[in-house]
Amino acid sequence: MEQALVITLTVNGTQVTRSVQARQHLVDFLREELGLTGSHIGCEHGVCGACTLRVDGDIVRGCLMLAVQANGCRVETIEGLSDSKELEKLQKAFHEKNALQCGFCTPGMLMAAQDLIRQGKKTTREQIRNHISGNYCRCTGYQAIVDAIEEVIKTEVNHGQG
Amino acid sequence: MKAPPFAYAKPRSLAEALELLQHPGAKVLAGGQSLIPSLNMRLSSPELLVDITGLKGLANIEARDGGVRIGALCTHTSVERSPEVREHLPLLAEAVAHIAHPAIRNRGTLGGSLALADPNAELPACALALDAVLIVAGRKGERRVPASAFFKALFETDLKPDEILVGAEFPKAAKSVFLELARRQGDYAIVGLAATSRGAEKRVAFFGVAATPILLKAKSLEEALKALPTPNADLYNTSATKRHLAGVLLERAWNKLS
Repeated sequence: MEQALVITLTVNGTQVTRSVQARQHLVDFLREELGLTGSHIGCEHGVCGACTLRVDGDIVRGCLMLAVQANGCRVETIEGLSDSKELEKLQKAFHEKNALQCGFCTPGMLMAAQDLIRQGKKTTREQIRNHISGNYCRCTGYQAIVDAIEEVIKTEVNHGQG
Repeated sequence: MKAPPFAYAKPRSLAEALELLQHPGAKVLAGGQSLIPSLNMRLSSPELLVDITGLKGLANIEARDGGVRIGALCTHTSVERSPEVREHLPLLAEAVAHIAHPAIRNRGTLGGSLALADPNAELPACALALDAVLIVAGRKGERRVPASAFFKALFETDLKPDEILVGAEFPKAAKSVFLELARRQGDYAIVGLAATSRGAEKRVAFFGVAATPILLKAKSLEEALKALPTPNADLYNTSATKRHLAGVLLERAWNKLS
């Protein structure tokens, strides 16, 4: 039974209204309807984390949420957090440490890492690994990624926020 | 893959939700962290998803009568952060941190996890160890089901297709321990247990061993080790390995509870 529903949500600060199929995932809606292709689609069943988004301030899996469920919500994507400069320090650290691996996981990795950084707490490498455990894919290692996140957390916590 | 087509409704009241569940092929959608992957993999093809996340009053956590009542729509994150849970049910607070990853804990719900009854999941075992009572709403009213009568078989519970799990009451335990062995944070457990002690008797609920979580009640470690379940093998571990690991966890838990 196909069913189209009208939804209104805020995406990266802009209100959008669209008609969507009930079965469309939020990440497909963002990529296909709005052209926001920064959120990647990897496994489509919640394992890889490449589609990580922020909904009403909390990170979620874009493939495990229907677009209709985001009706009335505030959605932020990698494009939004990048344009607002919220990710600036993290992006710089990823660049400097060459923390990209194959690069497919990077948008989701940045979203998950920023979620940890904005908690403003002192964090061990093990806690960093636990927090990004939902974004592991196939490259293995993640050493440089942990280095980059650790560096940002150290500067943020030591300079005021902690 | 993409989910098959279905219709979607978001009722505003419990009565409306229960009415919608009368449709053949209707299924409850809460956090969707297990249902949506099963739709994506085409393991499930409901006609109608009844999204209950708009229902009021199902996301509260209240300490009362020596225990804590938790609404079905509480997310794992809200359970993990709840001061009432930390104070009265440290077992649950510890267990929830093992469920998947932050992005999934932000949407997955307590009620969803209990109603799905995945035998490898943490919360059904906690419900058994704590001797929780599950509150089920139907068109004729509410009924209360003890956890020991709720988990019936693989992904099968006492819930009827037109009923909704609205919450659970967890009595306090004097002492509790939660242990889980997994290859990596957030993976399903190779084997795990939730254990409580009230007086001389200890209740140990194993998960990742059989088609349902398995509850073992014992007064001594020797008695408990004799009653250790023989686990089903999984893709990576033999039954013998899992049984050995279950024994190791049991001894560790026993020492902490004693």
